[in-house]
Order: sequence, then structure tokens, then C-alpha cells
Amino acid sequence: MTGFDDDKTVPDQPAPTNPALDAITPETAVMPERPPYAVEVKELRKTFGTREVLKGINLQIEKGSVAVVLGGSGMGKSVLMKHMIGLLKPTSGSVLIDGEDITKLGPLELKRVRSKFGMVFQQAALFDSMTNYDNVAFPLREHRKDMSVAQIDERVRYLMNLFSLDPDILGPRFPSEISGGQRKRVGLARAVALEPTIVLYDEPTTGLDPITTDQVDEMILQAKQSLGITSIVISHDIASAFKIADQILFVFEGEIVVRGSKEDCLASEHPFVKQFFATWTAKNA
Amino acid sequence: MTDAPAPAPKPDGQPPDKAPDKPGIGRRLYLMIAALGEPVIKGIVEMGDIVLFTGRVLFWLPRRPFRWSETLRHVRDIGFGSLFIVVLTGFFTGLVFGLQTLVGFKRFGAEAMVGPATLISLAREMGPVLTALMVAGRSGSGMATELGTMRVTEQIDALSTMAVEPIQYLVVPRVVAATLMLPMLASIYTGCGFLGSYLMTVVREGVDPGVFMYETWNILDPPDFYEGYIKAAFFGAQVALISCYKGFNTSGGARGVGEAATAAVVMSSVSVLVGTYVITELLQPLLQGYIYFNALPK
Ligand SMILES: Nc1ncnc2c1ncn2[C@@H]1O[C@H](COP(=O)(O)OP(=O)(O)OP(=O)(O)O)[C@@H](O)[C@H]1O
Ligand SMILES: [Mg+2]
Repeated sequence: MTGFDDDKTVPDQPAPTNPALDAITPETAVMPERPPYAVEVKELRKTFGTREVLKGINLQIEKGSVAVVLGGSGMGKSVLMKHMIGLLKPTSGSVLIDGEDITKLGPLELKRVRSKFGMVFQQAALFDSMTNYDNVAFPLREHRKDMSVAQIDERVRYLMNLFSLDPDILGPRFPSEISGGQRKRVGLARAVALEPTIVLYDEPTTGLDPITTDQVDEMILQAKQSLGITSIVISHDIASAFKIADQILFVFEGEIVVRGSKEDCLASEHPFVKQFFATWTAKNA
Repeated sequence: MTDAPAPAPKPDGQPPDKAPDKPGIGRRLYLMIAALGEPVIKGIVEMGDIVLFTGRVLFWLPRRPFRWSETLRHVRDIGFGSLFIVVLTGFFTGLVFGLQTLVGFKRFGAEAMVGPATLISLAREMGPVLTALMVAGRSGSGMATELGTMRVTEQIDALSTMAVEPIQYLVVPRVVAATLMLPMLASIYTGCGFLGSYLMTVVREGVDPGVFMYETWNILDPPDFYEGYIKAAFFGAQVALISCYKGFNTSGGARGVGEAATAAVVMSSVSVLVGTYVITELLQPLLQGYIYFNALPK
């Protein structure tokens, strides 16, 4: 580090439009540094063998916002999400969580950062040796030593009811004994059990009926409004994406080709994005 | 793959003018060495990976929380679950071992020495090694299958996202349980084997029971048993570490899980048989020293 580098206070990345921040002129600004993003990804590259799956991803997600990741199948959405929580190590680039680069953390620090997160897996990833009840109770039993058995029971029942799962009927069953959509909902309940500040959803509503899908969307918005929770959602459901998203990230072959609002997406000139939304509009006409 | 166009066949179906190049002798030698070298390099890389994996296990071992209930579950699985096959195989090993030793020792009139001979080899070698092989077949494959399934269904990733360290939650309890249980199982194996050899030589072949027991008592030293305990503990750790490593690094669905289980059993069995030689060599000076110091006049 030379002294010259330290003088550089202007960030390299152009900050996304935020009226509250834009109103601050250089003269009126008291704090020279903006608060860190909940998630910031810089020049992220990931290669599996010889196949480059992520090709230089840049994104910023504000605290307390909802970002929806859209894109075709196999384009690298799930891989991108797994980098955000440190499940995969990038080939190059960095991932900042609340301003802290998690790609350089040791196992103990990474564990600390992960306690901010909840994640819903595309295939639910329930512990199949535990009952559904124990799956939901697991994060509470691990991290909330202050809670009594009765308190945990109350919370598990509340969470299962929240996702329309009957704790008395489905609770004692094992994940192999319930339907795919029910598994997904158990996964949702487990992911939000600890009220994490950042929740990653990998296709939370794929395979759910429209009513439950709507409930999940509502829950994501509710969590944002009442608790200020940051949500990152991978979805193939464009209607619900438009409904909940503050920011849409469109991934195409390992690159983010559109970043912005619903209008930005619909106005995009990228051939794949165009076709993606044209197909959808045609279907919904 | 279109940068080097293949020589076009002639229209009449004749092969192209130039026959494809036959690799020269140097090239063929190179290919041969490469073919031989690849598995060697892979093996060395994998050994390095297992050492790193062991390092991670040791890193998480002393950290809280210690998983008592998980560890007890595996103590039960490995210890109690293997008890029956250990008793059974131990007993039959003792029977046949007593019989064969008797056949040999009779030739130079040393029937009285069958007791100590069988007990020394059971306590020092056969007990730990054969018990470890039993546990590798029974629990090792189970560990690799369970962890492998958890890996391919992303349950291990799910643990990580919940800020629960998978190594600490899944691997440490298994390694601790196996390390504690194997010396006990090996002792049971040895005991059953000795009983078998006693039944064979004394009850069936009529060797004098007093002589049999006296010689055994007279000739055996405590270090014979210590060596067995130490070995068994090492084998337990070895089998659990290798099996967990294989499970942890599974990829590719049901077939991957099956391959991991097979590889876990093969690798841990081989490592036990190689490891027993290495540990024996390393332990000899220590245990000899122990005997020497105990024999010093007070
Ligand atoms: N562990 C891995 N090893 C090798 N390749 C992988 C691995 N994980 C993902 N890939 C590859 O990376 C690409 C992106 O995968 P990813 O799971 O991110 O797709 P996706 O965008 O989530 O698709 P979908 O919408 O179908 O879930 C795929 O082509 C996949 O083959
Ligand atoms: Mg995916």
C-alpha cells in the first residue's frame, strides 16, 4: 500500500440511484462514506474445470431492499447466490457483505458472517434424518441457547403455520414423507427461523400453487417493511418478480446484462432478454 | 474443435492420401509414462487432501460446542452396532488360529506355547487390524454413504448456511467415536479370540489348561496390550477420517455416493494394513524402552 492509494476516497463503482443519497451534495455531506451495501459483488469470476460459469459479475444490493435475479436455466444464478454466502470460493473477484470481503475470511469469521444469513435451497435441502419439526427447530436449537424448549416449540409452530404447514400433522413426518411443495415451505420456515438480516431464496416459489406463491411474496415484502430484511430472490416467476423487486438483475451466461427496474428490463435491447420477456408477455396477453 | 480440418476422404471412398501419423517411439514412451504417472499423482494429491482434511478436523475438534449427543449416537452406532460381528469373527479367528498354531507348534513339541503365541498376535496385531477392517466395512461405508448423500442433496451446504460448521457437526463426532470405540472393540475381539483358541487347544485338543494359562501369563507383557490399544485408536481415527473425507467430497448423485462408499472401504482397509506396519515400526523402540525400564532393578 502506497500513500497514493489511500488518498483515493472516490469509489470506483458508480453508486446506484438513490434519491436520499443524491440529495447530499459534497458540501452538505457530513459522513464522507456511504453505509456499506448489504451485498456487493465485484468482478466475480468462477470457473469449474475449464468452464467459466461466472464472467465478471458486479452488483450492489442496498440494505433492506429486495433484489430479484432472473435469467435462463443454467446461466449461473444459483452459483452466484452460493458465492454470496461463501459456499463457493470465487476464482477471482470479491464478495462484500456489509462491507466485509468474505472471500478472504477464515473459517471462524465466515461462520460469524453466515449467522446473518438464511438461505432457501432450490431443492429444499432438508435434513432427511430429522423430522420436519426438527428441521425448523434446528437453527433455533443451535443458536438460541437462551430459548427454552417451550419457547422454541411456540416459535416452530408459529413458523410452520406461517407457511400453511400443520405442525401436528406434518411436523412429526420426515421430509421424504411430504410433497415437494411442502418440503419447499419447510425450507422457507427453516431459513427465516432466526430472523436473519439477509435471506437468499433460490426459487422459493417454484412448484408452489398460486396462493402459496402469493403468500411467500407477501412474506418477503412484509419482512422488508417491518424488519428491514434484505432479500435476494432467484425466480422464474416474472409477475411476482415485478411485484416484489426493488432491483432486478438479469443473468445471461454468467454476466449481468440488465440491472434495474421492471422498465429497464422491458426496454432492454439484449436479444435474450427481449425474447425472455416477449415470450412471457405473449403468454399473459 | 474445428480449427484443424481433417484430411477430406476422396470422393470415391478411398482413404486420404496420407495415413494418420503413428506416434513415434519417444511419444509412445511419453504416453506410457503419463498413463502410469497419472494415478500416482492423483493418489499423492488425494493423500495431501486427506492430510488437509485431518487438519480441518483437528482445528474444529477443541472448539465449542462439543457435540455430545451426536458423538454418543456414533459411539452407539460404531461400538454397539459392530459388537456382534466382532464377537463372532473374533471367536472364529481364535478357533482356527489356535488349531493352526497347534499344528505347527506340535512339530517341535511346543504345544504349551500356543496360548501366548495366539494371544500375542491377537493383542498386538490381529485384534486391532481385523476389528478395523470390520468397522471399515460396516461403519466406514455407512459414513461415506450418509455424508455423500448429504453432500449431493446440499444438506451439508445447508448446515454451513445456518452457521453450523459441517466438519464440527458431522465429522468430529464420528472421528471421536471411532477413536474411542476401536480399542474397546479390539479388546473384545482379542478376548473372544483367546477364548476360541483356549477351547480349541485345551478343550478339544487336550493341551493342559494349567500349562496353557501359566505360559500365557508368564510370557505376555502389558506393552503387548498397549500396542494393540494404540493401534486400534489410530485405525479408528484413520477409518473415520478417510470415510468422512470420501463422503464429504462426493459429487454426482447416486452413483457418486456408491463410488464414495466403495472407495471409503477400500482406502481405509488398505490404509489400516499399511498403517499397522508403520505404527509397529514406530512403536517398537518406545515399547522396548518401557520393558527395559520396568526391568531395571529398583
Ligand atoms: N459444482 C459444479 N461443478 C461444475 N459445474 C457446475 C457446478 N455447479 C454449477 N455448474 C454449472 O454452472 C452452470 C450454472 O449453474 P446454476 O446452477 O447456477 O444455474 P441456474 O442459473 O441456477 O439454473 P436454474 O434456473 O436451472 O436453476 C450450469 O451450466 C452448471 O452446469
Ligand atoms: Mg438454480
